[in-house]
Amino acid sequence: MSIKDANQECVNRIQDGTAVWVDLLLARDAVPGMDDYTVFHAGPPLPWDRMPGPMRGAIIGASLFEGWAKTPEEAIALAESGRLRFDSSHHHHAIGPMSGIITPSMQVNVVRNDRFGIDTYSTLYMGIGKVLRHGAYDETVMEKLRWMNYDLAPLLRRAVHAAGGIDVKSIVAQAVQMGDEMHNRNKASNALLIVALARHLVAVGEAGEVARALKFIEDAGHFILNLVMAGSKGIMDAGAGIPGCTVVTAIARNGYETGIRVSGTGERWFTAPAPMIKGVYFPGFGPDDASPDMGDSSITETVGLGSLAMAGAPAVVEYVGGTPAFALETTMKMYEITVAENRAFRLPGLQFRGTPFGIDIRKVVKTGITPVINTGIACKRPGVGQIGAGLTAVPIECFEKALEAFAATRAATAQAGAA
Amino acid sequence: METKVLPESLRVINIGLESFADDLRTEGVPVVQLDWRPPAGGNARLAALLAELDDEE
Repeated sequence: MSIKDANQECVNRIQDGTAVWVDLLLARDAVPGMDDYTVFHAGPPLPWDRMPGPMRGAIIGASLFEGWAKTPEEAIALAESGRLRFDSSHHHHAIGPMSGIITPSMQVNVVRNDRFGIDTYSTLYMGIGKVLRHGAYDETVMEKLRWMNYDLAPLLRRAVHAAGGIDVKSIVAQAVQMGDEMHNRNKASNALLIVALARHLVAVGEAGEVARALKFIEDAGHFILNLVMAGSKGIMDAGAGIPGCTVVTAIARNGYETGIRVSGTGERWFTAPAPMIKGVYFPGFGPDDASPDMGDSSITETVGLGSLAMAGAPAVVEYVGGTPAFALETTMKMYEITVAENRAFRLPGLQFRGTPFGIDIRKVVKTGITPVINTGIACKRPGVGQIGAGLTAVPIECFEKALEAFAATRAATAQAGAA
Repeated sequence: METKVLPESLRVINIGLESFADDLRTEGVPVVQLDWRPPAGGNARLAALLAELDDEE
């Protein structure tokens, strides 16, 4: 198959993909490979001794939550002992923002790509500030985590079942026309999610718990993000593994390295050191407190949302920095490095042009334009949490390595075919 | 009679060093800087790979 045809096949699969929130389940029952003492994390695989502070903090918190340790010191000793099994969530149909930590007793969203029979899993979004995914683990974090896991998730499960599933892709398509870019601006989509859920929550829950659930989803601001991330991964995974395809199917960061995967090179990661983020800091924090870029949320950029859709979300710059002109310029640049425009996600300000998607490693290497990521900033010290939000870019080195590997694979395939 | 080499209202697209554009901006001349760099940033090996793979378009 020619590269052009392979890329078109990938584009078709992505366009046809669906994302429906169908369930919430215990990670140990749902996520493939999730056993006791197993920890899945964001980004490419990473051993404990290279993990950044916020990821370590989240693992300490998860160990306390699981009952694997009684104190942070015990949790650190457990991780250092080699007793915990670490792996990238991406290897297990799962995904998580920032540190992205998933352990067996956590409830996960199940988001289904019906068209291709793919289920993808993500934890529940916890809010901003002092939260587990940013490495915070004090008692307030633990208490919130327990409530989300043992009260909120079962209620949401009943509501999602009553609704017959919530169509996340449809909400995203509407929200992109209402000023969201779906990574750091989720004002419209989060509200649309509440609208979709509310009557089903009322039907299945007691008034007090329903009110608390709705308030939590509203206050969290980005509750829908984890659903969108799982949906985006399910859609992109359908486009993975196509021989001869140069489209990027995953961008993920673990705070040590940023990695990409390319459809035509299968499950290999192409990595470079994770960059720092230029951003807007919460009061009392600055660049010296920041951990390098981290999290799987860049799957939104991979599917053509996030910074790729910034032209339709000028207000996001109040959170991540920049100007509305920069937001427009960013999206326009992303058209230079992509192979298609999304049928479902359309930007009114650009005459309803579809958001750019299908990042082509050849176009990135040729132009030197790299995908921009807008993202949260975690404190480098474990236990603190989120300290700001900002902008960064995927290092060009990832794409250069991928191009070389792709060319080698292509040459080897041609040689084998000729033999 | 004076012959003008350039028209009264000059508008410039600058290709190349951005400092040329900066000088014109200082003089109040409208200027657009072309964002351009050599393919693959001038890396000959990567440019050759790109040329090989571009053939399939």
